[in-house]
Amino acid sequence: MSKSDSAAQPVTHTIRKVRIGRNTYSVPEIAVGVLLLVPSIVFLVFTFVIPVVQVIELSLTNFNMATGEMSFVGLNNYRYLLENDRFWLSMWNTCKYSAAKLIFDTSLALFIAVQLDKNVPLKKFLRSTYFAPVVVPMVASSLIWIWFYDPQVGPFNQILSFLGLPQLKWLYHENTAMISILIFSIWKGLGYNVVLFLSGLQNISDSYLEAARLDGASEWKLFWKIKFPLLRPITNFVVIMCIINSFKVFTEINVMTPDGGPLGSTLLIVNYIYEQAFTNGRMGRASAAALLLFIVIFILTQIRSAMDARKSVDYE
Amino acid sequence: MSKQKNTEPLRIRRKHLNGYQWYVFVMLSIGALFMLFPFVWMILSAFKTKADVYAYPPRWIPSEWKWENFAKVFDMIPFWRYYFNSILTSVIETVLQIVISVFAAYSITKLNYPGKKLFLAFMRSSLFVPTVVTMIPMYLLVASLGWLDSYAGIIFPQVTTAFTTLLLMSYFDSIPKDLVDSAKLDGCGYFRVLTRVIVPNAKGAISTATLFSFLGNWKSYTWPLIVTTKTEYRTLPIGLKYLMQESSSEYQVMMAASLMAILPVLIIFIFCEKQLVRSITLTGMKS
Repeated sequence: MSKSDSAAQPVTHTIRKVRIGRNTYSVPEIAVGVLLLVPSIVFLVFTFVIPVVQVIELSLTNFNMATGEMSFVGLNNYRYLLENDRFWLSMWNTCKYSAAKLIFDTSLALFIAVQLDKNVPLKKFLRSTYFAPVVVPMVASSLIWIWFYDPQVGPFNQILSFLGLPQLKWLYHENTAMISILIFSIWKGLGYNVVLFLSGLQNISDSYLEAARLDGASEWKLFWKIKFPLLRPITNFVVIMCIINSFKVFTEINVMTPDGGPLGSTLLIVNYIYEQAFTNGRMGRASAAALLLFIVIFILTQIRSAMDARKSVDYE
Repeated sequence: MSKQKNTEPLRIRRKHLNGYQWYVFVMLSIGALFMLFPFVWMILSAFKTKADVYAYPPRWIPSEWKWENFAKVFDMIPFWRYYFNSILTSVIETVLQIVISVFAAYSITKLNYPGKKLFLAFMRSSLFVPTVVTMIPMYLLVASLGWLDSYAGIIFPQVTTAFTTLLLMSYFDSIPKDLVDSAKLDGCGYFRVLTRVIVPNAKGAISTATLFSFLGNWKSYTWPLIVTTKTEYRTLPIGLKYLMQESSSEYQVMMAASLMAILPVLIIFIFCEKQLVRSITLTGMKS
């Protein structure tokens, strides 16, 4: 490093120059620039390039960790998955999860953000309370909710029986397991979207709102005619990220319902991949499933960039 | 009667002046209670006796404050070891991520050489691939290196720098070129420009990125779960998961353990909330 340091002294005539294409570069600058990229490149090669190449190769084999056998099977893994009920169950569950999360999480977050944007006392403290669950580690907060959902001693059932309502089995019944997970993950993730919406709302210039108020617009109209259209870039972002992230959910399922819940009712796609790879040792099959998941996420990402490219509302 | 008549317009005017919308406040407070309830429940329950946990109707305040629950956590699992593992791995990962990202971001934004665009495209494309896709070959790679159940196996695969590099680049870009040039005229080499000009001017950005990385590493679950089978290499989240499986329904102990696991994050949250919020709005807009 010291060598290139001295080369950078402003004694310009000693610096070697090199022409590449139409531009001239200084040789030490190229050396330093590339040197500084080397660590990034090394890590990218090992955590990205090699695994991506290998996952494609693996998906074409029947590699089994348990028996150690490995031979080329072509597209058999993909055929197996597309005909496999449990794979489709996990996909279907993921879609249900993502749809429910989208509807409730996004609308609730928007509603809370709009309220927090109004003139209320203790605004900062209130915002912090909505944001707190986001920061808390997933496993630690899952433990609290596992107790909440405990059919025998959980507070939820105690409240239900206090109200004279029938008790539920929450995480331990196929009809309620997914809903229980959803309630938890909305509580956990809501604050993130609240913060995003709130930052968008605070960027809306007061002059539009004042003008509309002077014209006698109601709060309801103010929201739908001014705030909501101006928030559209953020809403787009929140919506699509909510879907993409739903396809990556793993931890809360693995902690709260380790085997994918009663009758696989909470089995999501990542949990299916984990199950195939690390419970059954079917690395080839799991790699194929991971690549199918990648295709889904890739399509969603493309939709997002297409939405970003569309012009957003501009009141200027 | 006449008194009431007088106060009526006054109240309306005052409402316009300080303008607090109390019904909104009440609504938000009820929501906030729901958000905080699990934490309050956890803190109180960490001190309960087993009888309190099973009591019906539920007992809010512990009948006696049992500090033994915390001692019991240490009896049941090597909690300090998990804590140490979590701190060690998250700190090393964060330091590596930040140093590598600072180098790369400086190189891309402030130095002039060919092939930068190619590297950027390469790095951006890595963001498209979720970790679940690379997880399986990565596991096999780590296994073939003999790194299962080792710190190296936990740490290196989790050093991803694309995101923090892009985040830092947007800041480094805004540092004026004149500043860099004048430092060079003063005799600073490339490395000293980085340490004397870039880093001091991007302190806020670097600390935001550090915080962001650290919290991500601290809560990391899937990868440590896969590469560790021995107790002594488990990180805190994995340890907590196994504690739950082993301590069947000893909820007071589970809550004591959760509380200890959450505490450092809670402290960071209280002191750095502003930066956390900023990191979210920034990453939200950027990615």
